[in-house]
Amino acid sequence: MNQNLPESRTSLETEEGENLSKPFNLRAEVRRLNFWYGNFHALKEIELPIADRHVTALIGPSGCGKSTLLRCFNRMHDLYPGNRYGGEIRLFPDDSNLVELDPMLVRMRVGMVFQKPNPFPKSIFENVASGLRIRGLRKRSLLQERVEWALEQAALWDEVKDRLEASAFELSGGQQQRLCIARALAPGPELLLLDEPTSALDPIATSKVEDLICKLGKAITVVIVTHNMHQAARISDFTAFMHLGHLVEFGDTGTLFTAPKSERTSAYITGRFG
Amino acid sequence: MAEKDTGWDFHMFSPSPVYLMRRRVVDVVMRGLLFLAASVSVLVTLGIVYVLLSESLAFFAHVPVFEFLTDTQWTPLFAQTRYGILPLLSGTIVAAGIAMLVAVPAGTVLAIYLSEYAPPRVREVVKPLLELLEGVPTVVYGYFALLFVTPLLSTFLPVRGFNLLAPGLVMGIMILPYVTSVSEDAMRAVPRHLREGAYALGFSRLQTSLRVVVPAAFSGITAAYILGMSRAVGETMVVAIAAGQNPNLTFNPLESAATITAYIVQVSLGDVPHGSIAYQTIFAAGLVLFLITLAFNIIGFFLRRKFREVY
Repeated sequence: MNQNLPESRTSLETEEGENLSKPFNLRAEVRRLNFWYGNFHALKEIELPIADRHVTALIGPSGCGKSTLLRCFNRMHDLYPGNRYGGEIRLFPDDSNLVELDPMLVRMRVGMVFQKPNPFPKSIFENVASGLRIRGLRKRSLLQERVEWALEQAALWDEVKDRLEASAFELSGGQQQRLCIARALAPGPELLLLDEPTSALDPIATSKVEDLICKLGKAITVVIVTHNMHQAARISDFTAFMHLGHLVEFGDTGTLFTAPKSERTSAYITGRFG
Repeated sequence: MAEKDTGWDFHMFSPSPVYLMRRRVVDVVMRGLLFLAASVSVLVTLGIVYVLLSESLAFFAHVPVFEFLTDTQWTPLFAQTRYGILPLLSGTIVAAGIAMLVAVPAGTVLAIYLSEYAPPRVREVVKPLLELLEGVPTVVYGYFALLFVTPLLSTFLPVRGFNLLAPGLVMGIMILPYVTSVSEDAMRAVPRHLREGAYALGFSRLQTSLRVVVPAAFSGITAAYILGMSRAVGETMVVAIAAGQNPNLTFNPLESAATITAYIVQVSLGDVPHGSIAYQTIFAAGLVLFLITLAFNIIGFFLRRKFREVY
């Protein structure tokens, strides 16, 4: 199970010098990452470790670059002209640089779930199977098995097992979002990106998705962008605070929220700006 | 008094009763005028349908509907009169069918290219060019079919001066811009987050187009086909010029034949006496044409509306 992942070089210390962090293995590491939308320098010299099988939250005020950073991990920026990367996002264990690989291969390794549930206009089954089909999987029994597995992981199986052939649009918003999570999980992503996955959901659906993320964070590596600090505090193991394209502070979630090192982090989490 | 000093006097700007009354009158008058303008277009359409129906009824008083629908000869202008619509229908179906064979594959591929692949600069050039193609007078297409396409076809196919193949192909080119533009609109209406969802799963561009965008825009694309079909069925000049105006019950595109529209042109331009049965035939034929295109347009209308409701 434990692949040869490097250990984090980042030391997580409080102001008193006490090391509160749990030791962790790196699944990915952002090194001196820069990103430009045309001439706009949106991400500046980002350094960020991503812990294996933990949840890392990116927080910060609107326009700080948290979604931009998340979308670098699966190269969504390549879909639109004029965008440019500099630096590295290393994915382990093979130590490949995500911003230099073929974007389509990157996206086959890194899954993503969006702000608004975006099921395809197909059946529930075909939605979850779609990622497997484009990877060349055809055998019905294998597809069936994997779809069931993914729906179980996304805590949706019991709700949809009797209507797998129904249109995905018949599901409620929260179910659609869990369907999108199942769709992303089915091909077995090495990294799962969540871009404000609960911002379009009601409180009950939100808490179901949050529980799910906590559970998933034990099995795979999750990076989540959220504008909701309480959510970050509830579900993440590590948190990175961003402001104006800079990564201001990274730390163990408990420490970052109770004893932030930076004045800006402290101002943001206490609600003085943002 | 104190209020006025501070600028909080709300009565200062209240409108006079005269002004309010005038505004109300203008409103009522304008509403009436606009309603009249709208009714004119509806009334004209109803008038056309009325004439079509009443003249057709007069025709069907002489010719039984059963004979009209089953007779295999259409010779209202000959001494031996026969009134079977089938030869005109077959010509219409073959010509429109060939047009669809051209316009559906080409239009779909072009729409996918324009919506999913073309860089914005290419799209900005190609779309106006296509719209230009739509503006070419149909009589020009007719002569193009007769004097260019038919001679070209005759170099490798046994076609004579008039045939259904050449006007069919040219009609296909003619409705291509329309089919392309309606299907492209449907594909572009597919929201960005749906495409991003596909790309995020590792879909290639082609997989995204064919497995997500086209299915999502399916009803809109079908509407484009059906509306294009309706245009091909109703198209007149090209077939009147290049197909031969010869009612002929055949499904062989290499033969000459007449379509419903071409027949109507032929009679309208001829010296058939007003009120005769031969004259009334064009209303009966027109009614058939009207019902066909009406059916296509209604189906197309509902499909178009459906694809706007999906997301």
